[in-house]
Amino acid sequence: MTQIDEKAFGAYVVESVFLGDTAVFALGDGTIRRVTGEDEQTTEVHAGAVLAATRSRDGKALITGGDDGLIAVTDAAGTVEAIAERKGKWIDQVAGGPSGAVAFASGRRAAVRLGDGRERVFDLPRAVGGLAFAPKGLRLAVARYDGVTLWWAGTEAAPASLEWKGAHIAASFSPDGKYLVTAMQDSQLHGWRLDDGKDMRMSGYPSKPRSLSWSVKGRFLASSGANAAVLWPFHHKDGPQGKPPLQLGAREVLVTRVACHPREEIVAVGYQDGMIMAVRFDEEEVLLRRPGDGPVTALGWDDRGTRLAFGTEQGAGGIVTVV
Amino acid sequence: MPETQIPVTVLTGYLGAGKTTLLNRILSENHGKKYAVVVNEFGEINIDNDLIVESDEEVYEMNNGCVCCTVRGDLIRVVEGLMKRPGGFDGILVETTGLADPAPVAQTFFMDEEVRAKAKLDAVVTVADAKHLIARLGDSPEAEEQIGFADVVILNKTDLVSPEELAEVESRIRAINSHAVIHRTERCALPLDRVLDRGAFDLDRILTLDPEFLEADDHDHHHDHDHGHEGHDHDHHHHHHAAHDPLVTSLSLRAGELDPKRFFPWIEQITQGFGPDILRLKGILALKDDPERYVVQGVHMIIEGNHQRPWRDDEKRESRLVFIGRRLEVDMIKAGFEACAVAPA
Repeated sequence: MTQIDEKAFGAYVVESVFLGDTAVFALGDGTIRRVTGEDEQTTEVHAGAVLAATRSRDGKALITGGDDGLIAVTDAAGTVEAIAERKGKWIDQVAGGPSGAVAFASGRRAAVRLGDGRERVFDLPRAVGGLAFAPKGLRLAVARYDGVTLWWAGTEAAPASLEWKGAHIAASFSPDGKYLVTAMQDSQLHGWRLDDGKDMRMSGYPSKPRSLSWSVKGRFLASSGANAAVLWPFHHKDGPQGKPPLQLGAREVLVTRVACHPREEIVAVGYQDGMIMAVRFDEEEVLLRRPGDGPVTALGWDDRGTRLAFGTEQGAGGIVTVV
Repeated sequence: MPETQIPVTVLTGYLGAGKTTLLNRILSENHGKKYAVVVNEFGEINIDNDLIVESDEEVYEMNNGCVCCTVRGDLIRVVEGLMKRPGGFDGILVETTGLADPAPVAQTFFMDEEVRAKAKLDAVVTVADAKHLIARLGDSPEAEEQIGFADVVILNKTDLVSPEELAEVESRIRAINSHAVIHRTERCALPLDRVLDRGAFDLDRILTLDPEFLEADDHDHHHDHDHGHEGHDHDHHHHHHAAHDPLVTSLSLRAGELDPKRFFPWIEQITQGFGPDILRLKGILALKDDPERYVVQGVHMIIEGNHQRPWRDDEKRESRLVFIGRRLEVDMIKAGFEACAVAPA
C-alpha cells in the first residue's frame, strides 16, 4: 500500500531529502520548502537558482549552492546559515563531510569549510565535475577531467591522483570506503579500488549515469542512465569486475534518478516521464507515482525507509508513504 | 525532442573585432526578450544583467583526441544550471574567446544528449574587423576557422577602411566561406534579427544555399536573384593571390538527382575520412524516386539529414551540397559527388 501527497512547487526540484520527519525540497527558484505532516513552509535562501543540494552527513541539514554564489545550510526548522559566499560564481557542486564539514566548488576552485569555520581552498587545473567525502576521515574526492584528485582536507599533505582519461562528472565512495566510483561524460561509470588503485569500468549506458546510490551495507551501487536502474555488485572480492549488473524496473523510458532504501534491498527508481517505482532486488515492483510533470530530478528516503520525498523538473514534488 | 529547445547563438571573432560591442547592443536594445549570456570574462560588458555567466572554457575530448569529438564541458554545466531557473529564456548567447575554435561549442549542442534536449544551436556569428581581418587571416589559423564556421559574418569597423579595402576583405571572406551572410557594420549596428533566431542549423529552415537569397528573402522585397552563380566555376580562381592561399575554402557542388544507394555511403565515407577538416556542410538534395527535398547539415563528423518538404512543381529537382573545410580535396570530393548522380550531370 502506498499513499502519495503531491505538491505543486512550480520550480525545478534540485534535491529532496528528509531531515528527521521533515521533507525538505531545494528548488530552482532559490527557495527551500519544508513539509512536516500537513504543514508546509517556504524559506527564501538563494537570490537565484539552487544549482546543487545535498543532505549534511549528520542528516540534520540541507546544504545548498546557488548561482548567486551563496553556500547555505538550512535545518528542518528553517534556520538558514550562510556559510560562505563567492560573488559572481555559480556554486554547482556541494558535499557534506564529517563534523559539519562542507565542500563546494565553482569552476576550477573547490573549497572545504570545516565545522569550526576555517576554510581551505583547492585549485585544480580543470573544472570540478563532482565532489564526495570519504566515509571516514576528512578526505575529499574531486572528480575532474581525466580523473579524480583526493585531498586530506585537514592537512597540508600533497593530494593524490587517480587518473582515467575522459571527463568525470560525479563521484561517490562506497560506504566501506574501499571503492571510489565516478560517472563519466561519455556515459559510463569508472571505479577505483582504493587500496591498490585497480581500475573498474562499468559501461553500456545509453545516457550519462549521473545519479548514484549505494544499497544497504554497500552491497550494490545503483545508477541511472539506462532504461532500467543498473545495480553493480560490490560485495564480491573484486567488486563488479566481470559480473553482470542487476537491471531493475526496466521500461521503455530512461531512468533519471535512483535512491536505494536505507534498510532493505529496494531501490526507488525515477524515470524521464515522471513515474516512480520501488523495486526489490528480487524484481518485485511497486508503482509509487504515475507519469507526469517532467523527468524525476530528486528522490530521498527518510531514515526508516517508509517515506520517499521526490521532485521533478517541472516543479512537481511530494511525499510517497509506503505502508 | 521537445519543441521548447532554446536557441543558442555562438559569437566568435578575434580579439578587438567587436564581440563585446555586439553583446552590449543585444543586451541593451529594447526587444522585450530575455537572453542568458555566457562570456569568458565579464570584461567590458556594461549591462547589469544577472543572466551573464562567466565561464572558463573547458574543452572535453570524448575519445582519442579527435577534434570531432570535443565538447565544451563548462557549457554543459551552464545549460544545466540555466534550466533550473524558473521562467525560461528566449535564447542563450555564447561568446567565445578570440582564439577559440568554434567546433567544440557547436558540437556540444549535438553530442550532449541532455543539452540537446534543452537547447539547439541557432547560428555561429563571427565578428570580423574590416581593418585587421586580412592580417589576422595571415597570421592566425583561428581567424580563418572562425570565418569558415560562420553562418553570419559581421564585417565591422567598415568606417576605418576604404571602399577598395572593404571589397578586398569581403572577397577574402567569400573565398573562405561562400555560404555565410555578410553584414557590413560600424560599431556592430545592425538589426538584431540578422543575428538572432537565424535557424542556421535547422534542417526545416534550409531554403536555399545562396546566402544573398536568404537575406533578401527575409526582407520580403523583390529583386533579381541572379548573382551569376550559374556561370561560376568553383575552381577557386581568386582574382588576387595573397602570399598565402587560404587553408579554409568553400566547395559548392551541384548535380541532378542522386541515387541514395550511392550518396549515403559516399557522404558517410567523406565525413568519416575528412571529418576533422570539414568545418561545415549543408545540402539540399533531390533523391531518385523521392518526391521530397532531402536536407543535410553537418559539423565535422556529425551529420544529420531529413526530408524537408515536397519539391514544388516550379522547382528544379537538383542537388546542391556545400562544404567549408580545410585543405579540401576538391577534385576527389567533386568526382565522388558526381558519381552519385543518377544521370551524368
